Amino acid sequence: MKRPFSYKLNIFLFLLPALILFLGVLIAPIVMSFVYSLMDWNGLSTPTYIGFKNYVELFTSRSINISRALQNAMLLAVLSVCIQLPFALILALKLSQHIKGERWYLAIFFMPVLISSVVIGQLWIKVYNPEYGVLNALLRSLGLDSWTRIWLGDKNTAMGACLVPILWQYVGYHMLLMYAGIKGMPAELNEAAMLDGCTPAQVSWYIIIPYIRPILRVSVIFAVTGSLKSFDMIYVLTNGGPMHATELPSTLMINLLFLRNRYGMGSTIAVMLIVLCFVFALLINLAFKEEK
Amino acid sequence: MDKEILPKRNQTGQRKRDSRAKGIPEVMQHRFRWTDVLAQIGLIVWAVICLFPVYWMFTFSLKTNNEIFGENVMGLPREWVWSNYTRALNVGHMGQYFLNSIIVTVVTIAITLIAAVMATYAITRLHWKGRKRMNKFFMLGLTIPIHAAIVPLYTTFSRIGMLNTRWALIISYSAFSLSMAILIATGFMGDIPYDLDEAAFLDGCGVWGIFFRVIAPLMMPAVSTVGIYTFLQSWNELMFATVFISKEAYKTLPVGIQSLSGQYTTEWGPIGAALALATLPTLIAYLFLSRQIQDSFIAGAVKG
Repeated sequence: MKRPFSYKLNIFLFLLPALILFLGVLIAPIVMSFVYSLMDWNGLSTPTYIGFKNYVELFTSRSINISRALQNAMLLAVLSVCIQLPFALILALKLSQHIKGERWYLAIFFMPVLISSVVIGQLWIKVYNPEYGVLNALLRSLGLDSWTRIWLGDKNTAMGACLVPILWQYVGYHMLLMYAGIKGMPAELNEAAMLDGCTPAQVSWYIIIPYIRPILRVSVIFAVTGSLKSFDMIYVLTNGGPMHATELPSTLMINLLFLRNRYGMGSTIAVMLIVLCFVFALLINLAFKEEK
Repeated sequence: MDKEILPKRNQTGQRKRDSRAKGIPEVMQHRFRWTDVLAQIGLIVWAVICLFPVYWMFTFSLKTNNEIFGENVMGLPREWVWSNYTRALNVGHMGQYFLNSIIVTVVTIAITLIAAVMATYAITRLHWKGRKRMNKFFMLGLTIPIHAAIVPLYTTFSRIGMLNTRWALIISYSAFSLSMAILIATGFMGDIPYDLDEAAFLDGCGVWGIFFRVIAPLMMPAVSTVGIYTFLQSWNELMFATVFISKEAYKTLPVGIQSLSGQYTTEWGPIGAALALATLPTLIAYLFLSRQIQDSFIAGAVKG
Protein backbone atom coordinates (compact mmCIF):
# COMPACT_ATOMS: atom_id res chain seq x y z
CA MET A 1 0.00 0.00 0.00
CA LYS A 2 1.35 3.38 -0.94
CA ARG A 3 1.31 5.90 1.84
CA PRO A 4 0.43 9.53 1.18
CA PHE A 5 2.84 12.29 2.10
CA SER A 6 0.65 13.45 4.97
CA TYR A 7 1.09 10.04 6.63
CA LYS A 8 4.86 10.41 6.55
CA LEU A 9 4.59 13.93 7.85
CA ASN A 10 2.48 12.68 10.74
CA ILE A 11 5.04 10.03 11.63
CA PHE A 12 7.66 12.73 11.67
CA LEU A 13 5.52 14.96 13.85
CA PHE A 14 4.94 12.15 16.36
CA LEU A 15 8.68 11.54 16.60
CA LEU A 16 9.65 15.20 16.67
CA PRO A 17 9.59 16.01 20.42
CA ALA A 18 11.52 12.88 21.34
CA LEU A 19 14.01 13.40 18.52
CA ILE A 20 14.72 17.01 19.46
CA LEU A 21 15.39 16.05 23.07
CA PHE A 22 17.38 12.99 22.19
CA LEU A 23 19.55 14.51 19.49
CA GLY A 24 19.99 17.85 21.21
CA VAL A 25 20.71 16.72 24.75
CA LEU A 26 22.25 13.27 24.31
CA ILE A 27 23.72 12.64 20.90
CA ALA A 28 25.12 16.08 20.04
CA PRO A 29 26.80 16.56 23.44
CA ILE A 30 28.50 13.16 23.18
CA VAL A 31 30.05 14.19 19.88
CA MET A 32 30.99 17.54 21.40
CA SER A 33 32.54 15.81 24.42
CA PHE A 34 34.84 13.91 22.11
CA VAL A 35 35.79 17.08 20.22
CA TYR A 36 36.43 18.98 23.47
CA SER A 37 38.66 16.17 24.69
CA LEU A 38 41.04 17.06 21.84
CA MET A 39 41.16 20.71 22.86
CA ASP A 40 42.96 22.82 25.41
CA TRP A 41 40.27 25.09 26.76
CA ASN A 42 39.69 27.00 29.98
CA GLY A 43 36.18 28.10 29.09
CA LEU A 44 37.10 31.70 28.29
CA SER A 45 39.87 31.62 25.69
CA THR A 46 39.32 30.20 22.23
CA PRO A 47 39.86 26.44 22.35
CA THR A 48 43.03 25.24 20.66
CA TYR A 49 43.33 21.85 19.04
CA ILE A 50 46.03 19.77 20.69
CA GLY A 51 45.30 16.27 19.40
CA PHE A 52 45.58 13.49 21.96
CA LYS A 53 47.75 15.50 24.35
CA ASN A 54 45.00 15.55 27.00
CA TYR A 55 44.87 11.77 26.94
CA VAL A 56 48.64 11.55 27.32
CA GLU A 57 48.60 14.04 30.16
CA LEU A 58 45.68 12.29 31.85
CA PHE A 59 47.57 9.03 32.13
CA THR A 60 50.99 10.50 32.96
CA SER A 61 50.28 13.54 35.12
CA ARG A 62 51.08 12.99 38.78
CA SER A 63 48.96 15.91 39.90
CA ILE A 64 45.80 14.55 38.26
CA ASN A 65 46.64 11.03 39.41
CA ILE A 66 43.95 9.23 37.44
CA SER A 67 45.36 5.87 38.49
CA ARG A 68 44.25 6.39 42.08
CA ALA A 69 40.74 7.35 40.94
CA LEU A 70 40.59 4.27 38.73
CA GLN A 71 41.93 2.05 41.50
CA ASN A 72 39.23 3.32 43.84
CA ALA A 73 36.56 2.74 41.20
CA MET A 74 37.85 -0.77 40.51
CA LEU A 75 37.96 -1.54 44.24
CA LEU A 76 34.32 -0.51 44.42
CA ALA A 77 33.50 -2.65 41.38
CA VAL A 78 35.27 -5.73 42.78
CA LEU A 79 33.59 -5.39 46.17
CA SER A 80 30.21 -4.91 44.48
CA VAL A 81 30.59 -8.08 42.48
CA CYS A 82 32.17 -10.16 45.27
CA ILE A 83 30.18 -8.99 48.30
CA GLN A 84 27.10 -7.02 47.27
CA LEU A 85 25.85 -9.36 44.54
CA PRO A 86 26.31 -12.68 46.39
CA PHE A 87 24.60 -11.18 49.41
CA ALA A 88 21.75 -9.89 47.24
CA LEU A 89 21.45 -13.35 45.68
CA ILE A 90 21.24 -15.06 49.06
CA LEU A 91 18.50 -12.64 50.13
CA ALA A 92 16.61 -13.17 46.87
CA LEU A 93 16.83 -16.96 47.17
CA LYS A 94 15.63 -16.91 50.77
CA LEU A 95 12.79 -14.50 50.07
CA SER A 96 11.52 -16.48 47.12
CA GLN A 97 11.05 -19.62 49.25
CA HIS A 98 7.64 -18.47 50.54
CA ILE A 99 9.18 -17.30 53.77
CA LYS A 100 6.92 -15.58 56.28
CA GLY A 101 6.76 -11.83 55.71
CA GLU A 102 8.19 -12.12 52.19
CA ARG A 103 6.59 -8.94 50.81
CA TRP A 104 7.54 -6.92 53.89
CA TYR A 105 11.16 -7.92 53.72
CA LEU A 106 11.25 -7.19 50.01
CA ALA A 107 9.78 -3.74 50.52
CA ILE A 108 12.14 -2.90 53.40
CA PHE A 109 15.28 -4.19 51.70
CA PHE A 110 14.53 -2.20 48.55
CA MET A 111 13.78 1.06 50.37
CA PRO A 112 17.36 2.40 50.63
CA VAL A 113 17.55 2.42 46.80
CA LEU A 114 14.79 5.02 46.67
CA ILE A 115 16.28 7.43 49.17
CA SER A 116 18.52 10.10 47.72
CA SER A 117 22.24 9.40 48.03
CA VAL A 118 22.58 12.94 49.34
CA VAL A 119 20.32 12.12 52.27
CA ILE A 120 22.02 8.81 52.96
CA GLY A 121 25.43 10.46 52.63
CA GLN A 122 24.49 13.20 55.08
CA LEU A 123 23.26 10.59 57.55
CA TRP A 124 26.51 8.65 57.30
CA ILE A 125 28.56 11.84 57.77
CA LYS A 126 26.81 12.06 61.10
CA VAL A 127 27.35 8.37 61.85
CA TYR A 128 31.09 8.88 61.22
CA ASN A 129 31.37 12.19 63.09
CA PRO A 130 34.49 11.81 65.27
CA GLU A 131 33.02 13.48 68.37
CA TYR A 132 29.29 12.86 68.29
CA GLY A 133 28.90 10.12 65.70
CA VAL A 134 27.06 6.90 66.50
CA LEU A 135 30.01 4.76 65.41
CA ASN A 136 32.61 6.27 67.76
CA ALA A 137 30.02 6.48 70.54
CA LEU A 138 29.35 2.77 70.13
CA LEU A 139 33.08 1.94 70.19
CA ARG A 140 33.59 4.05 73.33
CA SER A 141 30.69 2.41 75.11
CA LEU A 142 32.21 -1.00 74.34
CA GLY A 143 35.50 0.16 75.85
CA LEU A 144 37.27 0.18 72.50
CA ASP A 145 38.43 3.78 72.70
CA SER A 146 41.59 2.99 70.79
CA TRP A 147 39.48 1.92 67.77
CA THR A 148 37.84 5.31 67.37
CA ARG A 149 38.91 7.21 64.26
CA ILE A 150 38.26 10.40 62.35
CA TRP A 151 36.71 8.04 59.83
CA LEU A 152 36.23 10.36 56.86
CA GLY A 153 39.18 12.63 57.66
CA ASP A 154 41.88 9.99 57.87
CA LYS A 155 43.23 8.97 54.48
CA ASN A 156 43.66 5.37 55.63
CA THR A 157 40.05 4.87 56.66
CA ALA A 158 38.20 7.31 54.37
CA MET A 159 37.80 5.02 51.37
CA GLY A 160 36.63 2.14 53.53
CA ALA A 161 34.18 4.40 55.29
CA CYS A 162 32.77 5.55 51.92
CA LEU A 163 32.46 2.02 50.57
CA VAL A 164 30.13 0.81 53.34
CA PRO A 165 27.13 3.06 52.55
CA ILE A 166 27.61 2.72 48.77
CA LEU A 167 27.57 -1.07 48.96
CA TRP A 168 24.76 -1.10 51.51
CA GLN A 169 22.44 1.15 49.51
CA TYR A 170 22.20 -0.97 46.36
CA VAL A 171 21.97 -4.49 47.81
CA GLY A 172 18.19 -4.14 47.60
CA TYR A 173 18.28 -3.20 43.94
CA HIS A 174 20.14 -6.32 42.85
CA MET A 175 18.05 -8.42 45.22
CA LEU A 176 14.86 -7.15 43.60
CA LEU A 177 16.06 -8.03 40.08
CA MET A 178 17.11 -11.52 41.13
CA TYR A 179 13.91 -12.06 43.11
CA ALA A 180 11.83 -11.10 40.08
CA GLY A 181 13.83 -13.55 37.99
CA ILE A 182 13.31 -16.42 40.43
CA LYS A 183 9.59 -15.66 40.71
CA GLY A 184 9.33 -15.84 36.93
CA MET A 185 10.58 -19.43 36.78
CA PRO A 186 8.17 -22.18 35.84
CA ALA A 187 7.50 -24.17 39.03
CA GLU A 188 7.82 -27.51 37.23
CA LEU A 189 11.58 -27.06 37.09
CA ASN A 190 11.91 -26.83 40.84
CA GLU A 191 9.26 -29.46 41.54
CA ALA A 192 11.01 -31.96 39.32
CA ALA A 193 14.32 -31.37 41.07
CA MET A 194 12.70 -31.77 44.46
CA LEU A 195 10.98 -34.99 43.48
CA ASP A 196 14.41 -36.26 42.54
CA GLY A 197 15.43 -35.62 46.13
CA CYS A 198 17.36 -32.37 45.82
CA THR A 199 17.77 -30.24 48.93
CA PRO A 200 16.79 -26.56 48.67
CA ALA A 201 20.49 -25.67 48.53
CA GLN A 202 20.96 -28.02 45.58
CA VAL A 203 17.89 -26.65 43.84
CA SER A 204 19.28 -23.15 44.27
CA TRP A 205 22.71 -24.04 42.96
CA TYR A 206 21.84 -26.37 40.07
CA ILE A 207 18.45 -25.09 38.91
CA ILE A 208 17.74 -21.53 40.01
CA ILE A 209 21.12 -19.88 39.56
CA PRO A 210 21.66 -21.23 36.03
CA TYR A 211 18.10 -20.19 35.14
CA ILE A 212 18.51 -16.58 36.25
CA ARG A 213 21.90 -16.25 34.54
CA PRO A 214 20.70 -13.48 32.20
CA ILE A 215 19.72 -11.43 35.25
CA LEU A 216 23.01 -12.11 36.98
CA ARG A 217 24.71 -10.82 33.85
CA VAL A 218 22.71 -7.60 33.99
CA SER A 219 23.46 -7.26 37.70
CA VAL A 220 27.20 -7.68 37.15
CA ILE A 221 27.17 -5.13 34.33
CA PHE A 222 25.22 -2.64 36.44
CA ALA A 223 27.51 -3.18 39.44
CA VAL A 224 30.70 -2.64 37.42
CA THR A 225 29.58 0.27 35.21
CA GLY A 226 27.77 1.81 38.19
CA SER A 227 31.02 1.70 40.16
CA LEU A 228 32.94 3.40 37.35
CA LYS A 229 30.31 6.16 37.12
CA SER A 230 29.75 6.44 40.86
CA PHE A 231 29.58 10.05 42.05
CA ASP A 232 26.86 11.12 44.47
CA MET A 233 27.82 9.37 47.68
CA ILE A 234 31.55 10.19 47.51
CA TYR A 235 30.80 13.78 46.50
CA VAL A 236 28.66 14.16 49.61
CA LEU A 237 30.90 12.25 52.02
CA THR A 238 34.40 13.49 51.13
CA ASN A 239 34.37 15.07 47.65
CA GLY A 240 37.48 13.05 46.85
CA GLY A 241 39.42 14.06 49.95
CA PRO A 242 41.31 13.80 52.26
CA MET A 243 44.46 14.25 50.13
CA HIS A 244 42.57 12.73 47.15
CA ALA A 245 42.35 9.40 48.98
CA THR A 246 38.75 8.80 47.89
CA GLU A 247 38.92 10.38 44.43
CA LEU A 248 36.80 8.69 41.75
CA PRO A 249 36.88 9.46 38.00
CA SER A 250 33.63 11.44 38.32
CA THR A 251 34.73 13.59 41.25
CA LEU A 252 38.04 14.21 39.47
CA MET A 253 36.13 15.31 36.38
CA ILE A 254 33.92 17.75 38.28
CA ASN A 255 36.86 19.17 40.22
CA LEU A 256 38.94 19.68 37.06
CA LEU A 257 36.01 21.51 35.50
CA PHE A 258 35.11 23.81 38.34
CA LEU A 259 38.25 24.26 40.38
CA ARG A 260 40.72 24.40 37.53
CA ASN A 261 38.50 25.36 34.56
CA ARG A 262 39.95 22.57 32.48
CA TYR A 263 37.07 21.81 30.14
CA GLY A 264 39.19 19.85 27.68
CA MET A 265 40.60 17.59 30.37
CA GLY A 266 37.20 17.15 31.98
CA SER A 267 35.84 15.94 28.66
CA THR A 268 38.79 13.59 28.29
CA ILE A 269 37.82 11.90 31.55
CA ALA A 270 34.20 11.73 30.38
CA VAL A 271 35.23 10.03 27.12
CA MET A 272 37.48 7.64 29.02
CA LEU A 273 34.55 6.72 31.30
CA ILE A 274 32.21 6.05 28.38
CA VAL A 275 34.83 3.85 26.69
CA LEU A 276 35.57 1.98 29.92
CA CYS A 277 31.88 1.32 30.63
CA PHE A 278 31.39 0.07 27.09
CA VAL A 279 34.48 -2.18 27.20
CA PHE A 280 33.55 -3.66 30.56
CA ALA A 281 29.97 -4.32 29.45
CA LEU A 282 31.31 -6.12 26.39
CA LEU A 283 33.80 -8.16 28.42
CA ILE A 284 31.16 -9.20 30.94
CA ASN A 285 28.83 -10.22 28.13
CA LEU A 286 31.62 -12.28 26.61
CA ALA A 287 32.46 -13.92 29.92
CA PHE A 288 28.86 -14.96 30.42
CA LYS A 289 28.70 -16.41 26.89
CA GLU A 290 31.97 -18.31 27.25
CA GLU A 291 30.79 -20.25 30.25
CA LYS A 292 27.65 -21.34 28.52
CA MET B 1 13.15 -14.36 28.95
CA ASP B 2 12.22 -10.71 28.93
CA LYS B 3 8.53 -11.39 28.87
CA GLU B 4 8.73 -14.09 31.50
CA ILE B 5 10.11 -11.87 34.22
CA LEU B 6 7.63 -9.06 34.11
CA PRO B 7 4.24 -10.36 35.08
CA LYS B 8 1.65 -9.39 32.51
CA ARG B 9 -0.86 -6.85 33.52
CA ASN B 10 -4.44 -6.40 32.50
CA GLN B 11 -5.78 -3.01 31.69
CA THR B 12 -6.55 -1.94 35.22
CA GLY B 13 -2.91 -2.44 36.01
CA GLN B 14 -3.30 -5.50 38.17
CA ARG B 15 -1.48 -8.70 37.59
CA LYS B 16 -3.34 -11.50 35.92
CA ARG B 17 -3.29 -14.67 37.93
CA ASP B 18 -1.32 -16.95 35.72
CA SER B 19 -2.72 -20.44 35.51
CA ARG B 20 0.77 -21.88 35.38
CA ALA B 21 2.53 -21.95 38.75
CA LYS B 22 5.57 -19.77 38.96
CA GLY B 23 8.57 -19.58 41.27
CA ILE B 24 9.45 -22.05 43.93
CA PRO B 25 6.71 -24.45 44.97
CA GLU B 26 5.35 -24.03 48.48
CA VAL B 27 6.33 -27.54 49.62
CA MET B 28 9.87 -26.36 50.08
CA GLN B 29 9.05 -24.20 53.01
CA HIS B 30 8.05 -26.68 55.70
CA ARG B 31 11.03 -28.96 55.48
CA PHE B 32 13.76 -27.45 57.59
CA ARG B 33 12.48 -25.75 60.71
CA TRP B 34 15.87 -24.75 62.11
CA THR B 35 17.20 -23.18 58.98
CA ASP B 36 13.95 -21.29 58.73
CA VAL B 37 14.41 -19.79 62.17
CA LEU B 38 18.00 -18.85 61.36
CA ALA B 39 16.90 -17.32 58.06
CA GLN B 40 14.25 -15.26 59.82
CA ILE B 41 16.81 -13.96 62.30
CA GLY B 42 19.17 -13.04 59.48
CA LEU B 43 16.42 -11.28 57.53
CA ILE B 44 15.28 -9.35 60.58
CA VAL B 45 18.84 -8.18 61.28
CA TRP B 46 19.21 -6.94 57.70
CA ALA B 47 15.78 -5.27 57.86
CA VAL B 48 16.88 -3.40 60.97
CA ILE B 49 20.07 -2.30 59.20
CA CYS B 50 17.97 -1.02 56.29
CA LEU B 51 15.46 0.78 58.49
CA PHE B 52 17.81 2.20 61.09
CA PRO B 53 19.12 5.22 59.13
CA VAL B 54 15.56 6.33 58.34
CA TYR B 55 14.42 5.82 61.94
CA TRP B 56 17.48 7.67 63.21
CA MET B 57 16.91 10.52 60.72
CA PHE B 58 13.30 11.05 61.79
CA THR B 59 14.08 10.87 65.50
CA PHE B 60 17.07 13.22 65.51
CA SER B 61 15.16 15.66 63.31
CA LEU B 62 12.94 16.21 66.37
CA LYS B 63 15.63 16.42 69.04
CA THR B 64 17.72 19.15 70.60
CA ASN B 65 21.50 19.11 70.24
CA ASN B 66 21.84 17.93 73.83
CA GLU B 67 19.80 14.84 73.15
CA ILE B 68 21.50 14.08 69.83
CA PHE B 69 24.99 14.54 71.22
CA GLY B 70 24.86 12.26 74.19
CA GLU B 71 21.85 12.20 76.44
CA ASN B 72 19.66 10.26 74.07
CA VAL B 73 21.43 9.22 70.88
CA MET B 74 19.27 6.34 69.73
CA GLY B 75 15.94 6.65 71.54
CA LEU B 76 12.75 8.44 70.65
CA PRO B 77 12.88 12.21 71.23
CA ARG B 78 11.90 13.15 74.80
CA GLU B 79 10.79 16.58 73.76
CA TRP B 80 9.48 16.91 70.22
CA VAL B 81 11.29 19.92 68.79
CA TRP B 82 9.11 20.83 65.82
CA SER B 83 10.95 24.13 65.57
CA ASN B 84 13.74 22.21 63.79
CA TYR B 85 11.34 21.89 60.86
CA THR B 86 10.29 25.52 60.85
CA ARG B 87 13.95 26.54 61.01
CA ALA B 88 14.82 24.27 58.09
CA LEU B 89 11.92 25.69 56.10
CA ASN B 90 12.41 29.38 56.90
CA VAL B 91 16.05 29.97 57.68
CA GLY B 92 17.36 27.05 55.65
CA HIS B 93 15.37 27.84 52.46
CA MET B 94 14.00 24.29 52.41
CA GLY B 95 10.62 25.60 51.27
CA GLN B 96 12.24 27.14 48.19
CA TYR B 97 14.27 24.00 47.41
CA PHE B 98 11.21 21.84 47.86
CA LEU B 99 9.17 23.99 45.50
CA ASN B 100 11.97 23.94 42.91
CA SER B 101 12.21 20.16 43.12
CA ILE B 102 8.47 19.82 42.65
CA ILE B 103 8.37 22.17 39.65
CA VAL B 104 11.37 20.52 37.99
CA THR B 105 10.06 17.02 38.63
CA VAL B 106 6.48 17.65 37.52
CA VAL B 107 7.46 19.41 34.29
CA THR B 108 10.08 16.75 33.56
CA ILE B 109 7.50 13.99 33.99
CA ALA B 110 5.04 15.81 31.71
CA ILE B 111 7.58 16.39 28.93
CA THR B 112 9.00 12.89 29.17
CA LEU B 113 5.57 11.32 29.04
CA ILE B 114 4.32 13.33 26.07
CA ALA B 115 7.49 12.86 24.05
CA ALA B 116 7.78 9.17 24.93
CA VAL B 117 4.17 8.17 24.31
CA MET B 118 4.10 10.04 20.99
CA ALA B 119 7.36 8.46 19.84
CA THR B 120 6.23 5.02 20.99
CA TYR B 121 3.04 5.42 18.99
CA ALA B 122 5.00 6.23 15.85
CA ILE B 123 7.37 3.33 16.44
CA THR B 124 4.89 0.60 17.37
CA ARG B 125 1.51 1.48 15.76
CA LEU B 126 2.38 3.28 12.52
CA HIS B 127 3.92 1.33 9.67
CA TRP B 128 7.03 2.69 8.07
CA LYS B 129 10.46 1.57 7.04
CA GLY B 130 13.10 2.09 9.67
CA ARG B 131 10.87 2.01 12.72
CA LYS B 132 12.83 -0.88 14.20
CA ARG B 133 16.04 1.03 13.65
CA MET B 134 14.53 4.12 15.24
CA ASN B 135 13.63 2.08 18.31
CA LYS B 136 17.18 0.74 18.57
CA PHE B 137 18.44 4.29 18.22
CA PHE B 138 16.36 5.47 21.15
CA MET B 139 17.45 2.46 23.22
CA LEU B 140 21.06 3.65 22.92
CA GLY B 141 20.11 6.18 25.57
CA LEU B 142 19.77 3.42 28.19
CA THR B 143 23.52 2.91 28.21
CA ILE B 144 24.70 6.53 27.98
CA PRO B 145 25.92 7.91 31.31
CA ILE B 146 25.21 11.54 32.09
CA HIS B 147 28.96 12.12 32.31
CA ALA B 148 29.01 11.91 28.53
CA ALA B 149 26.97 15.06 28.11
CA ILE B 150 27.69 17.17 31.15
CA VAL B 151 30.56 19.33 29.88
CA PRO B 152 29.00 20.33 26.54
CA LEU B 153 25.63 20.92 28.20
CA TYR B 154 27.28 23.13 30.80
CA THR B 155 29.18 25.19 28.22
CA THR B 156 26.15 25.49 25.94
CA PHE B 157 23.79 26.47 28.76
CA SER B 158 26.30 29.04 29.99
CA ARG B 159 26.67 30.52 26.48
CA ILE B 160 22.93 30.94 25.98
CA GLY B 161 22.35 32.12 29.54
CA MET B 162 20.45 29.05 30.70
CA LEU B 163 22.61 28.17 33.66
CA ASN B 164 20.77 28.77 36.91
CA THR B 165 17.37 28.14 35.38
CA ARG B 166 14.94 25.34 36.06
CA TRP B 167 14.75 24.63 32.34
CA ALA B 168 18.40 23.56 32.25
CA LEU B 169 17.51 20.73 34.63
CA ILE B 170 14.13 19.96 33.09
CA ILE B 171 15.53 19.56 29.58
CA SER B 172 18.44 17.41 30.74
CA TYR B 173 16.33 15.17 32.95
CA SER B 174 13.67 14.68 30.27
CA ALA B 175 16.24 13.69 27.67
CA PHE B 176 17.92 11.22 29.99
CA SER B 177 14.62 9.64 31.08
CA LEU B 178 13.32 9.35 27.54
CA SER B 179 14.81 5.99 26.56
CA MET B 180 13.49 4.25 29.63
CA ALA B 181 10.10 5.89 29.17
CA ILE B 182 9.90 4.67 25.57
CA LEU B 183 10.95 1.18 26.67
CA ILE B 184 8.24 1.01 29.33
CA ALA B 185 5.60 2.58 27.06
CA THR B 186 6.39 0.09 24.29
CA GLY B 187 5.60 -2.79 26.62
CA PHE B 188 2.27 -1.32 27.61
CA MET B 189 1.26 -0.23 24.11
CA GLY B 190 1.89 -3.73 22.81
CA ASP B 191 -0.94 -4.94 25.08
CA ILE B 192 -3.53 -2.71 23.40
CA PRO B 193 -5.33 -4.75 20.73
CA TYR B 194 -4.90 -3.52 17.15
CA ASP B 195 -8.62 -4.08 16.50
CA LEU B 196 -9.24 -0.87 18.42
CA ASP B 197 -7.11 1.13 15.98
CA GLU B 198 -8.91 -0.45 13.05
CA ALA B 199 -12.35 0.18 14.49
CA ALA B 200 -11.47 3.81 15.13
CA PHE B 201 -10.04 4.09 11.61
CA LEU B 202 -13.26 2.73 10.11
CA ASP B 203 -15.17 5.27 12.19
CA GLY B 204 -13.18 7.96 10.41
CA CYS B 205 -10.38 8.70 12.83
CA GLY B 206 -7.00 9.69 11.47
CA VAL B 207 -3.70 8.86 13.15
CA TRP B 208 -4.09 11.78 15.54
CA GLY B 209 -7.67 10.83 16.37
CA ILE B 210 -6.64 7.25 17.08
CA PHE B 211 -3.78 8.49 19.23
CA PHE B 212 -5.80 10.89 21.33
CA ARG B 213 -9.08 8.98 21.56
CA VAL B 214 -7.96 5.37 21.69
CA ILE B 215 -4.31 4.98 22.62
CA ALA B 216 -3.68 7.84 25.05
CA PRO B 217 -6.59 6.97 27.40
CA LEU B 218 -5.52 3.32 27.49
CA MET B 219 -1.94 4.25 28.36
CA MET B 220 -2.80 5.32 31.90
CA PRO B 221 -1.07 2.34 33.60
CA ALA B 222 2.07 3.17 31.62
CA VAL B 223 1.75 6.79 32.66
CA SER B 224 2.01 5.81 36.31
CA THR B 225 5.00 3.52 35.78
CA VAL B 226 6.87 6.05 33.63
CA GLY B 227 5.90 8.85 35.99
CA ILE B 228 7.19 7.01 39.04
CA TYR B 229 10.44 6.15 37.37
CA THR B 230 11.02 9.70 36.14
CA PHE B 231 10.07 11.11 39.52
CA LEU B 232 12.67 9.02 41.32
CA GLN B 233 15.33 9.87 38.77
CA SER B 234 14.88 13.62 38.87
CA TRP B 235 13.94 14.03 42.53
CA ASN B 236 17.25 12.56 43.70
CA GLU B 237 19.55 13.72 40.89
CA LEU B 238 22.70 15.44 42.09
CA MET B 239 25.33 15.74 39.37
CA PHE B 240 23.49 17.91 36.83
CA ALA B 241 21.96 19.92 39.63
CA THR B 242 25.27 20.80 41.30
CA VAL B 243 26.85 21.68 37.97
CA PHE B 244 24.02 23.75 36.48
CA ILE B 245 22.66 25.51 39.56
CA SER B 246 24.51 27.77 41.96
CA LYS B 247 21.83 30.36 42.82
CA GLU B 248 19.75 29.74 45.94
CA ALA B 249 16.53 30.55 44.13
CA TYR B 250 16.80 27.60 41.72
CA LYS B 251 18.45 24.91 43.85
CA THR B 252 16.67 21.58 44.04
CA LEU B 253 16.60 19.49 47.22
CA PRO B 254 19.82 17.51 46.75
CA VAL B 255 21.93 20.62 46.06
CA GLY B 256 20.04 22.63 48.65
CA ILE B 257 20.70 20.07 51.36
CA GLN B 258 24.38 20.14 50.48
CA SER B 259 24.61 23.88 51.03
CA LEU B 260 22.40 23.72 54.10
CA SER B 261 24.66 21.15 55.76
CA GLY B 262 27.62 23.42 55.00
CA GLN B 263 25.94 26.25 56.92
CA TYR B 264 24.70 24.26 59.92
CA THR B 265 27.60 22.00 60.75
CA THR B 266 26.91 22.09 64.47
CA GLU B 267 23.12 22.09 64.53
CA TRP B 268 21.98 18.64 63.59
CA GLY B 269 18.30 19.07 64.35
CA PRO B 270 17.45 21.38 61.43
CA ILE B 271 19.61 19.31 59.05
CA GLY B 272 17.76 16.19 60.15
CA ALA B 273 14.50 18.02 59.50
CA ALA B 274 15.71 19.00 56.02
CA LEU B 275 16.70 15.42 55.23
CA ALA B 276 13.35 14.15 56.50
CA LEU B 277 11.45 16.69 54.39
CA ALA B 278 13.36 15.69 51.26
CA THR B 279 12.71 11.99 51.87
CA LEU B 280 9.08 12.17 52.91
CA PRO B 281 7.49 12.40 49.42
CA THR B 282 9.44 9.36 48.24
CA LEU B 283 8.53 7.33 51.30
CA ILE B 284 4.85 8.27 51.05
CA ALA B 285 4.81 7.30 47.38
CA TYR B 286 6.53 4.02 48.24
CA LEU B 287 4.00 3.29 50.96
CA PHE B 288 1.12 3.40 48.49
CA LEU B 289 2.79 2.30 45.26
CA SER B 290 5.49 -0.13 46.38
CA ARG B 291 4.50 -2.71 43.73
CA GLN B 292 4.54 -0.23 40.84
CA ILE B 293 7.79 1.31 42.00
CA GLN B 294 9.47 -2.08 42.19
CA ASP B 295 8.05 -3.01 38.78
CA SER B 296 9.38 0.15 37.17
CA PHE B 297 12.89 -0.70 38.35
CA ILE B 298 12.58 -4.28 37.14
CA ALA B 299 11.34 -3.10 33.75
CA GLY B 300 14.39 -0.90 33.42
CA ALA B 301 16.86 -3.63 34.18
CA VAL B 302 15.45 -6.47 32.14
CA LYS B 303 16.28 -4.84 28.84
CA GLY B 304 19.37 -3.02 30.06
